Formats: sequence, structure tokens, C-alpha cells
Amino acid sequence: MHELGIASSILECVQTEAKRHPDGRITKVGVKIGELCGVDPDALQFGFEVLVKDTEWQPLALEVEYIPRVQRCSQCAHEFRMADFDPQCPRCGEFSTQCIRGEELDIAYMEVEA
Amino acid sequence: MNRIAVEKKVLNENQVLAEQLRERYRQLGILCINLISAPGSGKTALLERTLERMDKGTRAAVLTGDLQTENDAQRLVRFGFPVKQITTGGTCHLDAKMIGRHLEDWKLEDLDLLIVENVGNLVCPSSYDLGEDAKIVLLSTTEGEDKPLKYPSIFFKSELMLLTKIDLLPYVPFKADVARENAWRVHPGMEIIDVSSTTGEGLDRWMRWLVARRTKAKAKLQSVGA
Repeated sequence: MHELGIASSILECVQTEAKRHPDGRITKVGVKIGELCGVDPDALQFGFEVLVKDTEWQPLALEVEYIPRVQRCSQCAHEFRMADFDPQCPRCGEFSTQCIRGEELDIAYMEVEA
Repeated sequence: MNRIAVEKKVLNENQVLAEQLRERYRQLGILCINLISAPGSGKTALLERTLERMDKGTRAAVLTGDLQTENDAQRLVRFGFPVKQITTGGTCHLDAKMIGRHLEDWKLEDLDLLIVENVGNLVCPSSYDLGEDAKIVLLSTTEGEDKPLKYPSIFFKSELMLLTKIDLLPYVPFKADVARENAWRVHPGMEIIDVSSTTGEGLDRWMRWLVARRTKAKAKLQSVGA
């Protein structure tokens, strides 16, 4: 629902980064989208394409890495992919587990062509 | 082609502003809460009852967000606390910049408690940090018990869930224990308080929660000053 705003923030980051590379051009930006951050990768991809289309930034691709939710067990430190919101540790049965991945909404990298 | 690592938050600009607000609140011992729910879950009604019960010595203020109209501010202003409406003009959430702009002509030194009522929406407000101490999510008994599973992000990020319109439980098919179980699946151990803004049920417990959190915000201030 707010993916266009997120896409716009990504483009702003690209603009900032571009100033640091005056001799090159940025052709791709990679982002990490966590399962829990409430952003739909397809809608984000669409919003980003619309923003870039017919601008000086074209061609600029967006690559989304989707990060599933991973929990760590407070008892045995086992790390597991949380499916169906079941927080129980599959190894030792403990219910107290903490989310360690899946909240990302990060820029990871950019590709610059000389 | 050269790949450069950037490692930056997408919403970095909002995050920076939110952290600045958080630091100002911390320095002044202000508790800031961010109320989030779907439209019609009872945020404004809860605030009416909250302000009504608030000890008159409490230095509270409210920022209330909507796409359009000043209706909510008009409902809340009659309790004698400063209230300001933020009309986003179409944006589906509040961001830290809007909060900062609307606080400009308030003297924050004169506040103990800042309540932000977000735009009615369970999706977008969860992404935008407003510098609050706690996000509070409201779920009403006229909605589906599976909302925590459908919108996990906001239930995961909220410190407290208020199960509102609890007085309607006998008349609606809503199963409160299923709703709580769903909320705890997404966010194990989250505190849940059942409330009714109509009958007043649970409001004492909610007010105690607020007082406890305000005391904590003040204690942080004193430990910094010492």
C-alpha cells in the first residue's frame, strides 16, 4: 500500500550515492525486504519501475532479496525458519524464541558502471 | 561493473528524524505512545475515555492523524488538553517529519505525555518510526480474530494490544481467546488488555499501564540527570 513511498525512498538513496560516483552510473540497486516489514516485493518492484521510467535514471534495476523470518531459541540457540507463526523451537520444544531476521528494510548494494 | 556495499536503511531519513525526536523526549522525560489500528477500531473513543480519566495535573497532549477532516481533534479538544490534527491529505500513515513539524509551536518542556493517534491503517504505519516509546495496536471485537495473522508486522512491533469493544462480545461471533492466541503466535508474550470505551471495562488497567510507563520515562530522565 505504501510501496511507492518506499520505492521513492530507495531512489533518493540512489541519488545520494550517485553523487559519490560522478564518473560512473548506477545500474542496479539491491534491497533486503524482511517478511515482517509489511512491504510487498511485487508492488515495490512495480512502483520502482514506474518512478524510474522515462527519467535520467533509466536503465536502473531493482533487485529484491526477500528475507524470511528466522527465530533463535533462548534455550538451545537453535535457529529456525518460522513457519505459520509457530514460535516453538523444533529442536528442544522451547516456546521462548527471539526473532533475529525478517525485519529488514535495507539497501544492500548498488552496481556502478564506469 | 563494480558492486558497492551500501548497507543503509531504506527509510533512513525517517529513522534519523525519529531518533532525534526520541532523544528529545528522553531528555525531557516525556512518554510518547503511537496508537495504531484499522479504521473504526476505536482509537478516538479510547482517547476520549483516556483524557476524561486523566489526572488533571498530567501534562498530556495529542496529535491525531487522518487523511481529511478535523473531526477527531474536535472530539478530543473538549477535555482540556492540547490537541492538534494532522491531516495527511491522502498519505496513509504518519511519518517522523510530520510529527516534528506539528510539534514546532508546542513547548515540549511543558509535556509529560504525548499521544499520537495514527491514521487508521494496519499496514503502512508499522514501517514508520515516529520516535515513540511504544507502539500500541488496537483490535476490536467487530473485526476478524485472524487480523494478527493477516497483518503480522504491526502486531509484532507493538508492545501492547488493546482488545477493544469487549462489551460487544456477547453479540458478535468474535472469539477473544482465538484472537489472543493469534496475537501471541505473531508476538509471543505481548501484553493484552481487554477494554470497552462504552462500559469502561478494563480502562483502569489501561490507565495503570500508562502511569507505569510514564513513571519509567521520568525515572530514565532522573538517572540521566544524576
